[in-house]
Amino acid sequence: MDIARILATKGDTAVTVRPEQNIREALTLLGRHNIGALIVVDTAGAPVGILSERDIVREAAKNEAVFTRRVVDLMTRDVITGQPHDDLTAVAHTMTEKRIRHLPVMDKGKLVGIVSIGDILKVQRDHYRGEADTLQAMILDTEGGSGR
Amino acid sequence: MAGVGTAEQPLRVAIIGAGPTGFYAADALLRKEGVLVEVDLYDRLPTPYGLVRLGVAPDHQKIKSVTAVFDKVAATPRFRFFGGVEFGKDVTLVDLRAHYHQILYSTGAQTDRRMEIPGEDLTRSHPATEFVAWYNGHPDYPDSEFDLSVERAAVVGVGNVAVDVARILSRTPEELARTDIADHALGALSRSRIREVYLLGRRGPAQAAFTNPEIKELGELAGADIEVRPEEVELDPLSRAAIEKSQDRATLKKVEILQGYARQRPTGKPRKLVVRFLVSPVELIGDATGRVVKMRLVKNELYATQTGALQPRATDRFEELSVGLVFRSVGYRGVPLPGVPFNESWGVILNVKGRVIDPDTKQPLAGEYTAGWIKRGPTGVIGTNKPDAAETVECMFEDLARGAVLQPSQPSAAAAEALVRQRKPTFFSWADWLRLNEIEVSRGRAQGRPRVKFVRVEEMLAALGR
Repeated sequence: MDIARILATKGDTAVTVRPEQNIREALTLLGRHNIGALIVVDTAGAPVGILSERDIVREAAKNEAVFTRRVVDLMTRDVITGQPHDDLTAVAHTMTEKRIRHLPVMDKGKLVGIVSIGDILKVQRDHYRGEADTLQAMILDTEGGSGR
Repeated sequence: MAGVGTAEQPLRVAIIGAGPTGFYAADALLRKEGVLVEVDLYDRLPTPYGLVRLGVAPDHQKIKSVTAVFDKVAATPRFRFFGGVEFGKDVTLVDLRAHYHQILYSTGAQTDRRMEIPGEDLTRSHPATEFVAWYNGHPDYPDSEFDLSVERAAVVGVGNVAVDVARILSRTPEELARTDIADHALGALSRSRIREVYLLGRRGPAQAAFTNPEIKELGELAGADIEVRPEEVELDPLSRAAIEKSQDRATLKKVEILQGYARQRPTGKPRKLVVRFLVSPVELIGDATGRVVKMRLVKNELYATQTGALQPRATDRFEELSVGLVFRSVGYRGVPLPGVPFNESWGVILNVKGRVIDPDTKQPLAGEYTAGWIKRGPTGVIGTNKPDAAETVECMFEDLARGAVLQPSQPSAAAAEALVRQRKPTFFSWADWLRLNEIEVSRGRAQGRPRVKFVRVEEMLAALGR
């Protein structure tokens, strides 16, 4: 299973913010869309970083004026990105190991979505539930059948 | 919208597509406590169960036992089946909006991805899905023709469908005769002169999508020896590292099974099933009459992407394989429905958690939902569609509670039935299906088979005396 499966049920837009926008604007976006991170894009729409709620919390702990800081000052650069056909298991492993909670997904140089560790856990849970359910239906079947 | 979901005005829902997802969604809707729901399940085909009847391989009957779960759903009050009624043709979105509060699309992934290589459209090159539909008795494909007089066939891909096709091509007539394979396919496959079947994977054994039971089954065929090249199932350092990091014992086992096959000597069975890895077709080559006679393959190597996923990359090493029949099975896509927003990137209906999204406003469209493969893409086993449908149904009840449903002018079961009777007088009800099922099973009993399927719609109508 690849991570395109996650993007398929998330519409066709990732929520983005521009580097020069301030943290109050960023927080408004996070709140309105009920999400934990924003992809920071330049004027051409190319990702230049990611801003997560953690980045903001760290700054807020030491700076009363956090709301007026710019996104570019708090964002994380050097972001690891995924591709739509990356395996879910590999991505889950890498995100867990590297403590990444949000992964921008790029296809041919274009931002196509974002996958969170929560999305991954939910898909994995549904996958296991589905397998268990199918196996149960097969085991409980009393009709038998000629197959194996 | 006070009152919708009560005895005076039940919540009326149309589900389009009677595959597993349609039944799981109907079940979740009809079970809801405190809301009275009526479900009409539509399918363009006369028979229910979607790919359980027409996709799951005939030699995997046990998997089909899940239909017992669907039959229970169909037996609940306030469930109706309208078979042979096509959305967009017999009934339109406008019709449904006039009769239902909510519409759910569960039409699956109905088409295959192309390989995008030269020669793909030569004669004797087919989508694997067409072969599957043909051998399973899909009413649209009884007249498909596959040239089984050639000596070698190749199946491109190593997913479930590719493995099914390779296995069915390798089965003996005796093995097939015990299944519910369509009679026309049983006849044609019994006369097959194919001696070698190739399964071609673009990545390595550790990345192959098939499950361990599936690969074990390929080693136990009555009439075919399995052949694997030792050098293609050796674990490369990247795959080895990935397995060690994730402690993935099932994958390790899969590689061990394949390595076991690589050490086996042929036992002299009439056919050979060859599983290849790290190769991709780059061109199909035809003869003077335009029929496939060989395939050019490039050898791949694996590389790790930023997330550690292993992807194939072509090398500059090529080889040729002579094959007279090619089936491509490199992925599936949904087909857009008339008037329903579509997400071209992933081949699904444009949606968030199952709510259909307006492409302009990016907001949910009132009363329209999706579930299953047409919502998330073709992944998982049959049961995976149950939690998927449950997620969508949860959205449907949330929206009902907010009053965000359609405002049908004729929200009654009788009005909907009148519409169907007018548009498609020959529709098939659940009672019709139960009768057809009984006849199929009794015809099968006489031959020691699970059932003998009706294929053509006319045969089904005739059997019902219509």
